[in-house]
Amino acid sequence: MAERSDQPAGGGDLALAFHDVGMTFADGTEAVRDVTVDVRRGEFVTIVGPSGCGKSTLLRIAAGLQTHSAGEVVVDRSRIGYVFQDPTLLPWRTVRQNVELLPQLHGMDKATRRRLADEAIATVGLAGFEQHYPKTLSGGMRMRCSLARSLTLRPPLFLFDEPFGAVDEITRERLNDETQQLFQAERFAGLFITHSISEAVYMSTRVLVMSARPGTITRGFTVPFGYPRQPELRFEASFADLCHEISVELREASAGAGR
Amino acid sequence: MSELRPRRYGPRPQTLPGRSRRLAAVVVPPLILGAILTGVWYYASYVWLRGRRRVLLAPPHKVITDGFGDSTHLGEILAAAGRSGDVALRGLIIAILIGLTLATLMSQWRSVERAVWPYMISLQAIPILAMVPVIALLFDTGKTSRIIVCVIFSLFPMVVNALFGLKSADQGHHDLFTLNNASRWTRLTKLLIPGAMPAVFAGLRISASLALIGGIVADFFFGRGQVGLGQMIVRFKSETNSPLTLTAIAVACIFGVIVFLVFSWIERRVVGRWYVSAGRNGP
Repeated sequence: MAERSDQPAGGGDLALAFHDVGMTFADGTEAVRDVTVDVRRGEFVTIVGPSGCGKSTLLRIAAGLQTHSAGEVVVDRSRIGYVFQDPTLLPWRTVRQNVELLPQLHGMDKATRRRLADEAIATVGLAGFEQHYPKTLSGGMRMRCSLARSLTLRPPLFLFDEPFGAVDEITRERLNDETQQLFQAERFAGLFITHSISEAVYMSTRVLVMSARPGTITRGFTVPFGYPRQPELRFEASFADLCHEISVELREASAGAGR
Repeated sequence: MSELRPRRYGPRPQTLPGRSRRLAAVVVPPLILGAILTGVWYYASYVWLRGRRRVLLAPPHKVITDGFGDSTHLGEILAAAGRSGDVALRGLIIAILIGLTLATLMSQWRSVERAVWPYMISLQAIPILAMVPVIALLFDTGKTSRIIVCVIFSLFPMVVNALFGLKSADQGHHDLFTLNNASRWTRLTKLLIPGAMPAVFAGLRISASLALIGGIVADFFFGRGQVGLGQMIVRFKSETNSPLTLTAIAVACIFGVIVFLVFSWIERRVVGRWYVSAGRNGP
């Protein structure tokens, strides 16, 4: 069953739309089938699914890093914030130089670059570390730096490819919080991919469950909690119930792989 | 099954302060190996080579007194080393220029890589001995020929390492540049070249030592023209002057070590700030 987005209250302009998107690789592997999703400004949509279900492929298609073989994608690719699984910092550049990279690639002058970078660095709480090289930073700080880099261009659409998978639990929850606050402040459109159901529910306006390969959206859940969300939310019964419901759906979707 | 026998562990006792311990750990093992090798040398000199045959291999202290102690001859050796070094340096610079250019072109165009690769390997596979008469015929036995030999010696590691470095950028980094519509030139200058620097330096260290060897070998086989370390070695050997032969060899060796250290130092200065080399713990 394909998911048609139910428009959330106050949903803004369309930032990304997939219409029956499918992707079959040259070797015949069908990664993604009939995916229909749209993400509007002010929406934070998360896709959860088993490993190898084609979640990342979907993001790569959205960003244009990969072409799709069926369906239609509507998106403005001129400014996309893409947060990778790894921080993908350039090790020979300091924190500031790394954050300045995108404005630099877009041909902005030095003063603008500097200003945008300093703002973004302050936003992610890395002020004071501008001159540090990535090798001296912890995993969480590298991720913050990576986030800051994607923030500089203030893209209307963010794609997150399991960005917090490699950091420890405490850091991860803190990053969830900060991303959520940032999302609330900027009202960008977010498409987030993760394995963690609680992370998905905590941050998103909607959670979509994707089945095992070929990946397709089996069900969508609207998350009823308002923003800003407080860490205590994770311990509330309604939060746990929703996580449970999604978890059941996810298990069924994953079981499909064995058929 | 044996029972658990818990034991108390205190902090590890430290007899020496950390710094001198670390220094000792760095200095002592090579000193021990050096002592063993010196022992083997003495053994070879005094036990294997009996009587008159001892002139074939002077013992270490003879090399120091009769070789390094002989200031006239040492001066000659050092002057020759300087000339060999000059040749090697010129050859190395040419090899670096050709090597980096080739590697860059090969990294950008597969067809260039496919075209050049077989010849690079052939160049590496040709025994230099076979090339010497050809080079001497074409370019005579002067400086040019020596430099050419140096280039042949040192080009291959330069190209291989630089190409490896240029091709080793992460897919994630490539994606990042693709997403931001980076041109080929931007990708090359902002991503590939900086990322290749550690590999380029690894190549440089090898190439620099090889250029020096190339300079000495060329001089050795040409046997004419400007006197370098190679001809010095040939001369002392023909005079069966073992201490001076060994001194010339030792000078060549020390020279090589210095070149290696200098390039290691430059490498640390340039990429040491950011590069975490495999096998070294932490920054």
